[in-house]
Amino acid sequence: MTGSTVSGAAAVSRSRRSRALGRRSRAIGRLVFLGPGLAYLIVLLLVPLALILSYTVFRRGRFGGVVYEATGENFTRLLDPLYLDVIVSSLKLATIATVIALLVGYPTAYLIAQLPRKWKTIALVAIVLPFWTNFLVRVYAWIVLLSGPGLVNSALGDLGLGPFEFLYNQGTIVTGLVYSYLPLMVLPLYAAIEKLDPQLREASANLGARPARTFVSVTLPLTLPGVVTGCLFVFVPSFGNFVIPELLGGGRSIMVGNLIRDQFLKARDWPFGSTLTLALLAVLIVLLLLQAWSARRA
Amino acid sequence: MLQITGVSRRFGDVTALADVSLEIRQGEFFALLGPSGCGKTTLLRILAGFESPDSGTVTLDGDDLLGRAAHRRPVNLMFQSYALFPHMTVAKNVAYGLEREKLPKAEIRSRVGEVLEKVGLSAMAGRRPQQLSGGQRQRVALARAIVKRPRLLLLDEPLSALDKKVRAEMQLELKRLQNEVGITFVVVTHDQEEAMSLADRIAVFNAGRVEQVDEPVRLYERPRTPFVAGFVGASNLFPGRACAAGLAADGLGVLPGASDLPDGTPALLAVRPERLRLDDAPAEGVLHGEVADVSFYGGVSHVAVTVPGRPEPLLVATQGATRVRQGARVGVSWASGDGVLVPQ
Repeated sequence: MTGSTVSGAAAVSRSRRSRALGRRSRAIGRLVFLGPGLAYLIVLLLVPLALILSYTVFRRGRFGGVVYEATGENFTRLLDPLYLDVIVSSLKLATIATVIALLVGYPTAYLIAQLPRKWKTIALVAIVLPFWTNFLVRVYAWIVLLSGPGLVNSALGDLGLGPFEFLYNQGTIVTGLVYSYLPLMVLPLYAAIEKLDPQLREASANLGARPARTFVSVTLPLTLPGVVTGCLFVFVPSFGNFVIPELLGGGRSIMVGNLIRDQFLKARDWPFGSTLTLALLAVLIVLLLLQAWSARRA
Repeated sequence: MLQITGVSRRFGDVTALADVSLEIRQGEFFALLGPSGCGKTTLLRILAGFESPDSGTVTLDGDDLLGRAAHRRPVNLMFQSYALFPHMTVAKNVAYGLEREKLPKAEIRSRVGEVLEKVGLSAMAGRRPQQLSGGQRQRVALARAIVKRPRLLLLDEPLSALDKKVRAEMQLELKRLQNEVGITFVVVTHDQEEAMSLADRIAVFNAGRVEQVDEPVRLYERPRTPFVAGFVGASNLFPGRACAAGLAADGLGVLPGASDLPDGTPALLAVRPERLRLDDAPAEGVLHGEVADVSFYGGVSHVAVTVPGRPEPLLVATQGATRVRQGARVGVSWASGDGVLVPQ
């Protein structure tokens, strides 16, 4: 009787100890798996971001760097029409590029979703294929195509037209943005359209809806999360882009990305560059919140 | 009312429908019955306008149906998966078809209310389809299809997604509704019990062809092809040749049956399990064998009897519990009128 109680107590304490051990080994296991990702995020994202944020309230050094004297002038300067215009024009160009990418991307994604399985895969690979080539090379290719003595002008010249000045305006920037980020529009749209039960469209037709009505009332609302995601995927990299406006836009600071880069590398005004970065981030965070909200509603 | 004439449809090498002709009458509850892949769903999709036949005509009250786009046909379909719009409430789903007719708002509201009342879902009008049970979704799909008062209502496997108890309820409800609204119903099903209990007439499909069109009772009692005899209800089938007394069965001698086939015609004799009588005295009866298995189902019992000279056992159905035990020697007999000869 007594013996069994003792051995029972021993068993309880043993199981308690093994449970504690289990807890500790689980914690170690978690650290092993989470560790590298966590370290990456802290060292390469959180720390630089915190530095950028802290720079916004200090003065610039004479030859770059930061003088740690608190000031609000970076933010007042942000409201200067000179810089506000750049932000507004970036918003405009990114919005136009996003809308065009949506108008081109939706029919593309829709058609791919209707293809037989084998052709679907081929089409999707073709959509992703440009990503296998260096981004800069692809943007330079547009210069080769559109420049004064470029391929398009020489072809038009053979027809007795031109030469035209295609490069170095806002239209070329939008073309470059649409071209670069169209795959990021098509893929989420394709995922949303592909998931849609084709019988829902049949049901709509069966109830007397013309194809256009079916699209507006059934297909579009049910693929809206894909639309929002695709727009975000195009808008975010377009808004802060500096390579495309630099190469195809003639190198003037017309987008906020160029402005930020110039502040850091040419004007050596790190605090103001940081403040612009903060403004850009704020716009994008608002958009992400909108997307999260719309996804929850759907 | 609905006249289907010589409709054929091929998908690559597969013949989905081969020269199908059917006539469906006004107000009828008509079933297309067959195993999966027999072409019945293809025919339904042709009627709804989602599929076009390679040849043949379909007319509804004399008007050509095939020339009209799907959204212009006075035909509504209840989908097997229900295909309810997940982003709309029950009321919006039901109103969708009426809104397409551009009816006044007040009329739409009253008709939606009326039909939801009819299927017993008035309380659910504001819910989304995801918030409903399977049986409730099925009723929304039905309400959405009948609210337009179509001349023809098509139902694709209407009860297959429901569990057994809800099924029986909905079966009764479908029949009641069909009586009430007076619309012609065409139901596609692979479940022969569903077809028999619901339909006024049944067309049995096999490999793209119509095997037989008949009322349920005649289909059951007088199958005209071997496929129908085997597919509609269980049957004991005996191969052989027709003779004056019935069938000269291969290896079993002459078996009683009613026949108007010329002597010597290759034929199958079909006898329903419940028409077979068991006899404790093995000397009695037409065939003799040993009880291989007894299964009790409550209302009926199934007895499997192995008979020398026949590869598969005979299936005998008896009312209630049976006294025979496994291993008993028994005689099996049936009335000559209960044996049906089917030309092979």
